[in-house]
Amino acid sequence: MAAINRDDVAHLARLAHIEMSAEELDRMAGELAVIVESVKSVSEAAGDDVPATSHPIPLTNVFREDVVGHTFTSEQSLSGAPDAYEGRFKVPAILDED
Amino acid sequence: MSTDATLSFEEAMEKYDPVLGFEVHVELNTKTKMFSSAPNVFGDEPNTNVNEVDLGMPGVLPVVNKTAIESSIKIGLALNCKIAETCRFARKNYFYPDTPKNFQTSQYDEPIAYDGYLDIELSDGTVFRVEIERAHMEEDAGKLTHMGGAAGRIQGADYSLVDYNRSGVPLVEIVTKPIQGAGSRAPELAKAYVAAVREIVKNLGVSDAKMERGNVRCDANVSLRPHGRERFGIRSETKNVNSLRAVEHAVRYEIQRHAAVLDSGEPVIQETRHWHEDTRSTTSGRAKSDADDYRYFPEPDLVPIVASREWVEELRATLPEPPAERRKRLQADWGYSDLEFRDVVNAGVMDEIEETIAAGATATVARKWWMGEIVGRAKNADVDPGQLGVKPETIVELNKMVEAGKINNKMAAEVLDGVLAGEGTPAEIVEKRGLAVVSDDGPLLEAIDAALAAQPDVADKIRGGKVQAIGAIVGAVMKATRGQADAGRVRELILERLGVEG
Repeated sequence: MAAINRDDVAHLARLAHIEMSAEELDRMAGELAVIVESVKSVSEAAGDDVPATSHPIPLTNVFREDVVGHTFTSEQSLSGAPDAYEGRFKVPAILDED
Repeated sequence: MSTDATLSFEEAMEKYDPVLGFEVHVELNTKTKMFSSAPNVFGDEPNTNVNEVDLGMPGVLPVVNKTAIESSIKIGLALNCKIAETCRFARKNYFYPDTPKNFQTSQYDEPIAYDGYLDIELSDGTVFRVEIERAHMEEDAGKLTHMGGAAGRIQGADYSLVDYNRSGVPLVEIVTKPIQGAGSRAPELAKAYVAAVREIVKNLGVSDAKMERGNVRCDANVSLRPHGRERFGIRSETKNVNSLRAVEHAVRYEIQRHAAVLDSGEPVIQETRHWHEDTRSTTSGRAKSDADDYRYFPEPDLVPIVASREWVEELRATLPEPPAERRKRLQADWGYSDLEFRDVVNAGVMDEIEETIAAGATATVARKWWMGEIVGRAKNADVDPGQLGVKPETIVELNKMVEAGKINNKMAAEVLDGVLAGEGTPAEIVEKRGLAVVSDDGPLLEAIDAALAAQPDVADKIRGGKVQAIGAIVGAVMKATRGQADAGRVRELILERLGVEG
């Protein structure tokens, strides 16, 4: 994996909607580079006999039967909403995307 | 909104070769959602078919719906795909209010089904193979309504309202490989492909497959390249193409638009286009950009899916006969001509005719009743023929009575009306209404003698060999017996009476 540079951090910050100052970008670029290197050492430790995994426990097929369970009322759903209108969440219009 | 230049379709085809690609989203009709036990129901009070999982509350855990996995495998099998032995879910990260978690749970590099194909029959019988890249599972997003501004479109909207009832509804996204070589058949192929996918998922029983409700939604990718060039042109992706007709029109329009852009020497912009049914054209959405950097990663809250070969084969054994094969088989079994069969399919009575034949009618009788009597009544009542409530047994019984000479066709139609009006079984109605063909020759001969006496000149003509004049006498007899005589028998008796050979 290539080292993380300042532009990468700025790009990620924008994707994650995190506002970062110039100093923060500089500092984070350095810190993330170290973190990435550290994580990389894990893959060096694993031999060919260790398969890639996204879970620590080798579970598969944890399923639920297709049976209806509990639901919220409209009031419950909207109880934490900053703004609501006619039973729906009211949000600012976001123009940039479709 | 500016209007884009277009070339005529013919000119575009002369100069360029179209390449298509489709992403079809199919909403599954499971009882509950993909990852939560909230009901998967269309059109209820907003934000009531949800629970904490669908609203993306912190700390909740999704659990996979087993039926949704089985439905997805069935779709994969019906599309002639391989089914992954193991696959995973992944997070697709983006910020938009239709997704309360700020990511959509989807599949990325490990789709549940891949490498399939679908043979599409065009209207002239040409078969075109569309290759399927993959079919992967994901969840639907909530529904946004843009308020204020111009006509509910996002441009100029003041704010948006969100209903999360649709959030978490199981989806299967079917992605084709690039479709090459369709040429001027591209718009027709586009429509036929989406129609075939819709028919398959409906036939499988895994989706309600109603496009007008968004159960089947299509994104159409179009690019053009000069004839003879192998490298693809730059594509556009048209969203919101949600009727079969619109799919055909959108592909045609984009071909014409791309051709004009390329002719002007400009490059096509890789972007999302929005389809507008009213103007039958597309407008620019957004260009592909950083916003498409979704930073997929394996979903840590869900464990991998392992589809054992036994499980897959069990599911394969439950698959119904593919719709296209079934149609071919039925037409051959029934001996209908291409035109007759197409009329039956278009009238939407293929299943009904099949049931009627299974109940004991011949193919000819079943078609005569459904196409001749029932389709017209359904049209008048403004319902589908199958919804009119005609039972196959009723048709079989009516037909038996006609064949036995108990009633004639005209009476049978009257009896059918009686059955539909809830007056009872055909036998009961015949009895109640006194509808029986007069088969006792006595009263018939009386009526015949009276008719011959009333029209002696006609009687003479018949005696003289002009047998076609017999209609006037038959008519008079039928009138005298109030239509309850068997016209064939009346004719025989008249000829006998006059000593003429029929």
